[in-house]
This record gives sequence, C-alpha cells and structure tokens, in this order.
Amino acid sequence: MKEVAIIGIGIIKFGELWDKSLRDIAVESALNCLEDSGTDRIDSINIGCMSSGLFIGQEHLASIIADYLGRLNIPSTRVESACASGGLAVRSAFLEVAAGMSDYALAIGVEKMTDVSMGEATYALATAADQDYEAFHGITFPGLYAMLARTHMERWGTTREQLAEVAIKNHRNGSMNQYAQFPFTITLDAVLKSTMIADPLRLLDCSPVTDGAAALLLTTVENAKKLKKHPVVVISGIGSAVDSIALSQRKDLLELKAVKTAAGMALQMSGRTINDIDFAEVHDCFTIAEILVLESMGILEPGKGGPATLEGYTALDGKFPVNPSGGLKSKGHPVGATGVAQIFEIVNQLRGNSGKRQIPGARIGLAQNMGGSGGSCICHIIEAK
Amino acid sequence: MNIPRHWRETPERYRLEAAKCRKCGKIAFPARLICPDCGHKEFEKINLSGKGKLLTYTIIRTAPEGFEDIAPYAVGIVEMEEGVSVMGQVTDCDPEELKTGDTLVTKFRRMSEEGKTGLIMYSYKFVPDIGV
Repeated sequence: MKEVAIIGIGIIKFGELWDKSLRDIAVESALNCLEDSGTDRIDSINIGCMSSGLFIGQEHLASIIADYLGRLNIPSTRVESACASGGLAVRSAFLEVAAGMSDYALAIGVEKMTDVSMGEATYALATAADQDYEAFHGITFPGLYAMLARTHMERWGTTREQLAEVAIKNHRNGSMNQYAQFPFTITLDAVLKSTMIADPLRLLDCSPVTDGAAALLLTTVENAKKLKKHPVVVISGIGSAVDSIALSQRKDLLELKAVKTAAGMALQMSGRTINDIDFAEVHDCFTIAEILVLESMGILEPGKGGPATLEGYTALDGKFPVNPSGGLKSKGHPVGATGVAQIFEIVNQLRGNSGKRQIPGARIGLAQNMGGSGGSCICHIIEAK
Repeated sequence: MNIPRHWRETPERYRLEAAKCRKCGKIAFPARLICPDCGHKEFEKINLSGKGKLLTYTIIRTAPEGFEDIAPYAVGIVEMEEGVSVMGQVTDCDPEELKTGDTLVTKFRRMSEEGKTGLIMYSYKFVPDIGV
C-alpha cells in the first residue's frame, strides 16, 4: 500500500446559498482545491453526498459533477453513509491512491439542503434513522440525540450549562472562521432561552441546515514531495465502522461503538495512541454529540465530557482543542460535505495557515465524522511530515 | 408509503411479534434472519407482553412531516419485560410528568395517515400502566 498525502484543499463559504446550485458549489470547491494544489491532474473523482435525491431530486451525481468540472472519461463514484458520506469519500480517494489505481484522486463532499422546506429537510435527514422502527414513530434527529442527552444527564449528572458550553466554545472558534455559516459568538443565556426542539435540547444545541461543499486532492507522498508548494501532510490512519442504526438495538446508549472502533482502527494504522493527537475536529451535530464522541474515543473518561468542556479542556487554548473550525454548530453542517470540511481545517492547521485560530505547534490532528446517531463513523489521522 | 410497506410490518406493529433465537435465547424485535448475538438462524415466534420500563424519552416540539398536528408529543425507548428494547410514542399522559423508570404498557393506536392513498397506519403506542 502506498503512503498517501493531501496536496490540495478547497472549500466555499457555508450558508444558505440561494443563488448557487449543488453542481455550482461542488465544482467551486473542487476548483479552489486544484488551485491550492498547484496541479490540475485528476485520475478519479470520489463524491460524498447524503441525499441529493431528496434535497434536489437529483441522483446519478457522480456523472453530473464530473461533467460540470470538465472531467469526463475518468472514474467518478458517489458514496453514501448519511452524515459520514464526506469522510467516506476521502477514504475512497485514499484507497484509489494507496492501491495504485489513481495517482491523483479528488474527494468532494457536498450537500444542497435549502432547496426544500424545513419539514422536507427534517424528513430527508430522518431517513438516516431506522425508517420502520424509529422514524415511523415520529422521532427526529434532535429527538434521538435528546434521548441520549437525557440518559447522560441522569447517569453522570451532566448539566444544561455544560451542554451549552459546547455550543458557546464552538461559536467562539467559528467567529474567527471566514467560511463559517454563523461566524459569531453566543452567550449561555441565549442557548438556555432558545426554542425547545426536543427536550432537553434547544435550538442552539443543534447544528443548522446548510449548503456547502469542500474538496481534497490526494496523491502519493512521493509525488507530494516533488510539488514543493506546501509542507507535506499525510493521512497516516483511517478507521471506518458501523453500529446498529436504531438506538433500541444498542446494549448501552452512551457508548458509540462505531466511534470507538473507528478511532481505534485509525490510531492502530497510524502507529499512534490517543495521547499523541494534538487536536481534533469532531462531529458535533448536537452539543451532546461532541461529549459522547470524546468519551467514546477515549479522549475523556465516560461522564467527564461535560465538566471538562466547562473547564476549558477542549477550548482553543485548552489541553486538547476540539473543533477549532467552529465545528458543525458554528461552521454549518452541509451533511455530505462535513467530513471533507473537517479535514480541510486540519490540513490548514498543520500548514500553520489558520490565522487567529491557529493551534501553536499542531502536528497531528484527528477527524471524526459520524452518520446518524452513531450508526456509522469514519476517522482520519492527519500528520505533518 | 405504499400499502405493502406497512402491511408487511403488521405482525410487529399490531401484535408485537418478536423472534426468540432457538440457540441462545436472544429476543429480536423486529424479527431477523440471523441472530445478532450467536449467528444462529432458527427462531421461535413469540409475542411481547407489552409491558416495560421507560429507559429514556424526549418531547418532540418540532415535528417531522405528518406529525405536526400532534406535537408536542413524547417518544421513548422502553425496555420490555422480555429484555428487548422498543421505541415508540408515549401517550395518554402529560409528557412533562414522565420519568425515566416509569412502567408503561402498549396500546393499539392510530399512528398517521398517508396523504396520497389515504392509508391509515396503526401501531403500538405506550401509555402509563394504571392496571386497566
């Protein structure tokens, strides 16, 4: 297996992009990525998108994006794993290069969510839950995470204030991110007084509905060294695992087994331990999700996620910075794009290009991208060479 | 939703039919073709009693399409007497007064109506156990 490097990164400003279509934003992020890389060679395209069918009525996405990118006659593949589709696309591009099938593989993550009403968007997102035994009963995604939050609060004494701090911290980071959908800070009072969505989760515990796209260009480390445009950044480990989609099928609601397994797999492949990691971008689709993920990956002990967040352990200047980009909460959560956008942030940090959000001396980052309520998870370990 | 899609789930939704592994005794709800614990492929059909304890719950205030009229409503995960967990709505009570650990029983109720075909879907919902 060949060693794989990330030589190009591209993103667009996330938000409600009324004047842009899915193909526009996918192509724009890819062009930004190619410009950043200093090469225009692409041997394969790997696209992560959760539900263009329900959001814009367009399937057969791999062909239409290749067409509008002006790259016909090469392999183009779309992969789907709900909100982890972006991470899965990066894994597919990695496999192309590692196996020697492509010298240069492009990964694009994209979602266009605002062409439908909020009710239709909620329905589309709920298709990542078990349709016959969860969604049938009127549950929503905030509802699933709300049940996890209630269990965490009752088992560990996690407080509303601790949950809110996840959102406050991520908005503080996101306020310095030019690509964020909501680049502003929020207060505890605002979180605790925001509309109740599904008890005990309120509006400001939830990531938003977002249009967005991000892209990465991968090649061999050997090729990357010849380019000399950027410091060499490699993908040293990948883990991918699944769990039961339906919460009722799990033995312990608070252990996200797919997250634990995928993180362990990625660390093992990279020859690292969790203590070697400098910072992480994690899947904070809801405030409770960031806490559960950090506990499931072994960064914090079970039950310690709430207090540690409140004490600043995961802040930008804390011992283990989490979501320096602003996370899904502030940056926005265009579901299929999220896994790619997380790695965009990590590469920028490793290159030392993150401006006010720069984590001093960052050398190794972890990206954790999750589908549904933990039914799938992809982790990447990214290192500066 | 077309008619067969609902109709084929009626053993579970109308009668709480589950599958008990003939080798390890694991109960699967809904039924499966292969036991998730031991890999065995033969099951005995059983009916859940319908009684259990509330493991966790939420109150849905922003409802998905088709459920707007009944919001706010409670949805919970209930650990049934047989040890298997089931998700469902909790009704016939003030959702604000629910507590984890409450004893609930299933009742046969109207769930929703499908717009195009007019298909009315029924299923179990949970209600507080008042011994009736």
